Amino acid sequence: MAEGKVLSFQDLILTLHAYWGKQGCVILQPYDMEVGAGTFHPATTLRALGPQPWNAAYVQPSRRPTDGRYGENPNRLQHYYQYQVIMKPSPANLQDLYLGSLREIGIDPLVHDIRFVEDDWESPTLGAWGLGWEVWCDGMEVTQFTYFQQMGGYDCKPVAGELTYGLERLAMYIQGVDSVYDLKFNDAGVTYGDVFLANEQQMSKWNFEVADTEKLFRWFKDCQSEWRQCIDNGVPLAAYDQAIKASHVFNLLQARGVISVQERASYMGQVRDMAKGSCEAWIATNADEWAAKFPGWTA
Amino acid sequence: MTDFLLELRCEEIPARMQLKASDDLARLFAEELAKAGLKPAAIDSFVTPRRLALIARGLPLETAAVSEEFKGPRTSAPAQALDGFLRKTGLTQDQLQDRDGVWFAVVNKPGRATADVLAQAVPAVVRAFPWPKSMRWGTASQTTESLRWVRPLQGIVALLGGEVIAIELDGIVAGRETVGHRFHSTGPVTIDGADDYAAKLRAAYVIASHQERQAIIEAKANEAAAAQGYSVIEDKGLVAENAGLTEWPVPLLGDFDPAFLEVPPEVIQLTLRINQKYFVLRDAAGKLAPAFICTANIEAIDGGAAIVEGNRKVLAARLSDARHFWEEDQWHHEGTGAARHRSTRKTLAEHAQKLERITFHEKLGTVADKVERVSKLAEWLASEGIVPNCDPALARQAAELCKADLVTEMVGEFPELQGVMGGYYARAEGLPDAVADAIRDHYKPVGQGDDVPTAPVTVAVSLADKLDTLLWFFMREMQPSGSRDPFALRRAALAVIALLTKNNLRLKLRMLTTRIIAAVGVIENNQRSIDRAARDEVILKGSHIPKHIHEDGDVMAAFGSSQPAVDEYIELEFPTGSASLKSRFSGFEVQFLDFFADRLKVQQKEAGVRHDLIDAVFALGGEDDLVRLLARVKALQSFVATDDGANLLAGYKRAANILKKEGVESAGALSLSYTPEKAEADLIAALDAAEPRAAQAVADETFEGAMAALATLRAPIDAFFDTVMVNDADPAKRTTRLALLARVRDAVHNVADFSKITG
Repeated sequence: MAEGKVLSFQDLILTLHAYWGKQGCVILQPYDMEVGAGTFHPATTLRALGPQPWNAAYVQPSRRPTDGRYGENPNRLQHYYQYQVIMKPSPANLQDLYLGSLREIGIDPLVHDIRFVEDDWESPTLGAWGLGWEVWCDGMEVTQFTYFQQMGGYDCKPVAGELTYGLERLAMYIQGVDSVYDLKFNDAGVTYGDVFLANEQQMSKWNFEVADTEKLFRWFKDCQSEWRQCIDNGVPLAAYDQAIKASHVFNLLQARGVISVQERASYMGQVRDMAKGSCEAWIATNADEWAAKFPGWTA
Repeated sequence: MTDFLLELRCEEIPARMQLKASDDLARLFAEELAKAGLKPAAIDSFVTPRRLALIARGLPLETAAVSEEFKGPRTSAPAQALDGFLRKTGLTQDQLQDRDGVWFAVVNKPGRATADVLAQAVPAVVRAFPWPKSMRWGTASQTTESLRWVRPLQGIVALLGGEVIAIELDGIVAGRETVGHRFHSTGPVTIDGADDYAAKLRAAYVIASHQERQAIIEAKANEAAAAQGYSVIEDKGLVAENAGLTEWPVPLLGDFDPAFLEVPPEVIQLTLRINQKYFVLRDAAGKLAPAFICTANIEAIDGGAAIVEGNRKVLAARLSDARHFWEEDQWHHEGTGAARHRSTRKTLAEHAQKLERITFHEKLGTVADKVERVSKLAEWLASEGIVPNCDPALARQAAELCKADLVTEMVGEFPELQGVMGGYYARAEGLPDAVADAIRDHYKPVGQGDDVPTAPVTVAVSLADKLDTLLWFFMREMQPSGSRDPFALRRAALAVIALLTKNNLRLKLRMLTTRIIAAVGVIENNQRSIDRAARDEVILKGSHIPKHIHEDGDVMAAFGSSQPAVDEYIELEFPTGSASLKSRFSGFEVQFLDFFADRLKVQQKEAGVRHDLIDAVFALGGEDDLVRLLARVKALQSFVATDDGANLLAGYKRAANILKKEGVESAGALSLSYTPEKAEADLIAALDAAEPRAAQAVADETFEGAMAALATLRAPIDAFFDTVMVNDADPAKRTTRLALLARVRDAVHNVADFSKITG
């Protein structure tokens, strides 16, 4: 940690940016759509496919409507931040690079107990899975560390390494606070609560009580038909946007409690089909170019 | 003789896989060496999160030369045969030996350098390694053909004596360098050979032996607990897991707010063990202590203070969650923020309403439907006296609430607490102890060796729950087959048998099958009228009959909770199944009863009950009361062990064989048109006396008495066979004597089908 000073929330992000930037990552900005996790950013999902090297880091706001607690729970938020790093192919020293980032943000591994605990990752929605760990710091999970094996139903060739830091949790740990709303956002007296408490209160209410479910159902259908149009017209990136949108609308419908257990599986299947279909189209669009540049590579 | 050291170093191996992997490595390695004729004197295994290693001791530097002899074709055989033999052996004709007109090849294999054998064996072992899940990584993963390992493989140490074995695996070249502890050691650790491996690692803060790390964890955890006046609740699995998460284990003790102890101890234990892998402690009085032990992987420079503090915070957050669930599961609240407070109690009955949302099985309705069926069955078991001394109203109440905790937040978080939480919540809301106990224990027994409930209400609910599952899965043709038993029906049947026998419950299984068949009849009728109504409506509207109105009727659709069919099924008088329904479902009934017979054999095998004797009683066909059946089997088992029993069995078999040969099916009328010989008359008299005695004893269920009655037949039968000629020239005598033998057979069959008895 720079000069032994406790990092504010924003300095935590800036420190990670500086660190991963130095490791050759492109520092991207958040994707401008509602997603449930940083993995949904096309910089991870779509870039994990194909042979071309890709190293990127970014912050991604993650929306989980059902996790909303009206700002009353110190740990649960319907909107929070993930810090996402993807490196493809996975470098041989990825664990060391990761541990370097912890030292950078003030976690000394000779004072704090850092452990790699088995935790395999699977996203049925993205047709993806990987093996890896959750990284524990003194018994707390601070990062998800995954080697992607498949994405969109396709083998990752080559494999990408993905790191997902839970930023609020990490910041609470570093700053030693018990409530997310008490986090120092900066060093000028602004707290996380100043920035986000009202947002949590109102969005929880909207997610759970207000959102017009008829519109939501309609939007879901609209996303599906627009997705189809995109696929038919050879713009898989735009199609993928529609898959993301549909996924979020589905999450909202879940929060509104209007999807039964039986329907749930069917909706998830529809979102998965859109996501996988987008990946398939993305590969189809690029396969020739990739194969030409990387002899021996096949989808 | 020399030793070989192999270390396969990789990123963190999941703790649960390490011990098996260590065994697999030793086994596969030994197998590879055996192919080359090498057998180490001993193999020492090591495993840590980051390395899998072995030392093979006492290897020769070269394998022994081997001479192998192959027999070939005759010298007179066609040329093609000889050519084939030469190809196979790689020799030329002048190298063959002619022995009495047959070609023989002697192939001498010189000894190989052990180093060469190892250079081939190690890659073979790595490529064939049976990880439960393996992965690709890095640049090489551009193809799916690249090396797979549990996590990225980082390095290989392969030293025979002091020499590096030349091995290369997907770019990883074996050498003598490894690394020590991730944080306590920097730079490479150079290994000279097998003998300094463990010591060099220890100097670099790595305890290579899993067993030694386990011992350290146990000793230091006990020490830390004792210092506070506590003791560690033993948990071997957790010791092994922590040994699999550390290369330099350092157990540390921390405490938590005793206020959390208001939450049930089971919840606290699970939170500590499952979520955090902490050891649970108890105080001098044997109560759960407000403290934990975590196992760090470092000798922290502050003595572990920061680690303990961090873990305390994480645990406090987890226990707060648990306390939150405990609160929310039991109380409604009003107000928000600081003004939020309890209003009224949330009852289990309220939770139970949400069971409508959970599908039990797509063909068997929701959990609410199942609960409804189980409640009525439990009540019936009590009111019929099948479960004696059981209040039917309590049985019903307990069954109605037994699954309610499935929708509580606590069970959502800790599924293994199903039942347990329901028991706590029931007690907290003031339900009778019998009900709370039944809710808590109704999943029992969950396996051989688990406690079998004896409290009447618990027994009724547990039995009803399992019987409902068994009956309906069989009725819907989802019975287990081969090794496939996705709904754990075999376990459920064993539990039913254990409940019946332990509590001596008299339940005729046919009463249940008949009942359920009748129920299906009602459901189908009901469905037909629903279908008719729907069809009428459709016809009125002038549209086509939609596909979903089923022709053959997915009758379980009628099990939706809003459907009247459920009630009608349950209210049925027993027995009302129609003859046509009965014949339609006769297969179901047979399968169901056979299934129980099989399970009974499995279950009784441990108790030393012979399965052929169970068959002998089951084969009579009428017996569907498992308690009575077992009593009969046990009497039979004692009987056949006696002289009388063994001889009667021999006599029976002789009679049965003759009858079979002569094709005599039934006894027929016994008309004596001649003066019987003495032995013949004696046997008739013995039968006259024994038959009613045996029948009465069976009716009275005094099976020892039935056996004793049969025993009186032994001497007359022996005498009959000794002195009377069955196959007499006089057809009248012959017919009569065959009929007599048939009568013997039938008398025996009143007790058991002796033809099923082996030996």
